[in-house]
Amino acid sequence: MIAKKYDASKDKQFQILDQNGKVVNEKFEPNLPKETLLKMYKTAVLGRSADIKALQYQRQGRMLTYAPNMGQEAAQIGVAAAMEPQDWNSPMYRELNLQLYRGVTLESVFLYWYGNERGSIRPDGVRVLPTNIIIGSQSNLAAGLAMASKIRKQPEVTVFTIGDGGTAHGEFYEGLNFAATYNAPVVAVIQNNQYAISTPVRKASKSESLAQKGAAFGIPFVQVDGNDMLAMYVVAKEAMDRARKGEGPTLIEAFTYRMGPHTTSDDPSIYRTKEEENEWAKKDPIARFKTYLINKGYWSEEEEAKLVEDVNNEIGETFKKVESYGAKVELMEIFEHTYAEMTPQLKEQYEDMKKYLEGAK
Amino acid sequence: MAIITLLEAINQALDQSMEKDNSVVLFGEDAGFEGGVFRVTAGLQKKYGEERVFDTPIAESAIIGSAIGMAMNGLKPVAEIQFDGFLFPGYTDLVTHAARMRNRSRGQFTVPMVVRVPHGGGIRALEHHSEAIETLLGSIPGLKVVTPSTPYDAKGLLIAAINDPDPVVFLEPKRIYRAGKQEVPAEMYEIPLGKAKVVKQGTDITVVAWGAIVREVEKAAKLVEAEGISVEIVDLRTIAPYDEETVLASVKKTGRFMVVTEAVKSYGPAAELIAMVNEKAFYSLEAAPVRFTGFDITVPLARGEHYHFPQPERIAFELKKLAKVRP
Ligand SMILES: Cc1ncc(C[n+]2csc(CCOP(=O)(O)OP(=O)(O)O)c2C)c(N)n1
Repeated sequence: MIAKKYDASKDKQFQILDQNGKVVNEKFEPNLPKETLLKMYKTAVLGRSADIKALQYQRQGRMLTYAPNMGQEAAQIGVAAAMEPQDWNSPMYRELNLQLYRGVTLESVFLYWYGNERGSIRPDGVRVLPTNIIIGSQSNLAAGLAMASKIRKQPEVTVFTIGDGGTAHGEFYEGLNFAATYNAPVVAVIQNNQYAISTPVRKASKSESLAQKGAAFGIPFVQVDGNDMLAMYVVAKEAMDRARKGEGPTLIEAFTYRMGPHTTSDDPSIYRTKEEENEWAKKDPIARFKTYLINKGYWSEEEEAKLVEDVNNEIGETFKKVESYGAKVELMEIFEHTYAEMTPQLKEQYEDMKKYLEGAK
Repeated sequence: MAIITLLEAINQALDQSMEKDNSVVLFGEDAGFEGGVFRVTAGLQKKYGEERVFDTPIAESAIIGSAIGMAMNGLKPVAEIQFDGFLFPGYTDLVTHAARMRNRSRGQFTVPMVVRVPHGGGIRALEHHSEAIETLLGSIPGLKVVTPSTPYDAKGLLIAAINDPDPVVFLEPKRIYRAGKQEVPAEMYEIPLGKAKVVKQGTDITVVAWGAIVREVEKAAKLVEAEGISVEIVDLRTIAPYDEETVLASVKKTGRFMVVTEAVKSYGPAAELIAMVNEKAFYSLEAAPVRFTGFDITVPLARGEHYHFPQPERIAFELKKLAKVRP
């Protein structure tokens, strides 16, 4: 078992691909089909490009506040690729790549950040809960989803993700402790991107690794090079298998870096240096994975050029589509989903407002 | 006197309170080094050091709970909650300890703390960043709830809140943090908690509002003035305990009463104020009082928010309707 063995408080991070894309841990190199590896890669390129575009749109005044994922593609996709269609995600908010890989559309992700509730609607059968802004609570929800799977005897696993900063929240502990005591099929993934807005991880936790917090729950834990797509996949797969076999939760810490700002309202130059950013740029998860694929003969620069073009077209068209309808919300829409049936009070409030709007025209 | 924004006035109140009183400490998520996500506390860590101005882990329960502990042990904590929607994990500490410690110990243990919360909608923010939760705070016995609508009031009310012997939740109308400037005295001053202010005299209708909505009501009053309707505007300033005297005096003068708030309608603060007026000035009323509030719904995301947030035009529409009612 990888989990528990690589205890960052004693050992080093689990890694398969080094930062130059070289396999340094052959024993663990997964035997994934070419299509899967390419799907992982293409999703990462789409995610990265979508982030870059969204930041541009925001600067042009076309997008509202946006939280980019740049740098965390492997930490998100490695996990998503280890999941089965029937599995659940109880996500945080910085989750574009995981969502895309699991079948959430780019259109709906953009729509959400565009300020429209319809961005939380999922395609049928895509078991990804809506973007969760309330830090920590995803852990409790995950415990419940997984307990239901267990009680209903369904072969489902629930993955929840949380930031390094989020691990300071009470609900992270409460939910994971719940899951551990009931042996519920949960995989907890900490996206340690080193910062919670301006607050570095050392100010939020005294433990040497965040992974080692798993010891207190009595569950396996491991710190992984979060910029290593293969390592993230292998560790997540092992944890998923354990959970599915009824052996309970695992805690995975993805050691990674938020290459962009916290959100478009944030200015990272206040709290971190260019040198640090440059150091992490060398560990870029996408570049490293690309080298691996090229070395394997699965990918080429020609294919890359074509992909980048396709992806940028797709993003441009998707965003234009969102702009064409996303700003319009019908009055009824803000009322009708509050309860299964509209209450008399809501009906009256709706009617009053409707009359006013009609009169105002 | 300097001309400053509401945000700068809050910073000044914190700065001067810390300068004057060593027991004032300030903390919250990103509130120290960075000076908060809105930069309200900018410069204070540099000036007063990391022991008195500090960043906390993301844990609202511990932020408010530990503030309670500090308050009972000789400090005057000013805790910052990053956005209104994130108060809830700390709500339990407000209800179960902050608000009732004095009563439980018959006055032996007390909680002189302030919890600062950027409050309300209208800035096209993300989910959980635009909540108007005064309903959930004003109904906790033992807690005071304060909200300014101008830079001058922001400074005086916050200083009074810090000096108050009881726990105070200080709601900061984030929508108007930088929306306008006003002359604010350089020296420290207090505006007493529990005192409303007539911000505009009028004869036909009394409107009570607070926080960012006061400005919307002022705009609406201008719109209806052209049609000969004279509106008296009362800025409540303290939501709990509220100033009955000022509200009643105004209603007795005008005979018509409306409360405008972005908080929910059912069981909300507008309902409370109208109940009070009905109890104490029923026979002065010439028309049924009006609640103009946010709807009883989850605050919509940015693209639907304009329906929910009280706009001057619709306030004016409701004012005209109320002015027409004949007894
Ligand atoms: C309960 C709660 N408190 C505060 C916030 C405000 N907030 C949003 S993101 C953030 C920092 C989170 O950092 P981390 O968990 O490390 O995740 P990252 O944003 O780095 O991915 C904070 C404090 C929130 N969303 N929820």
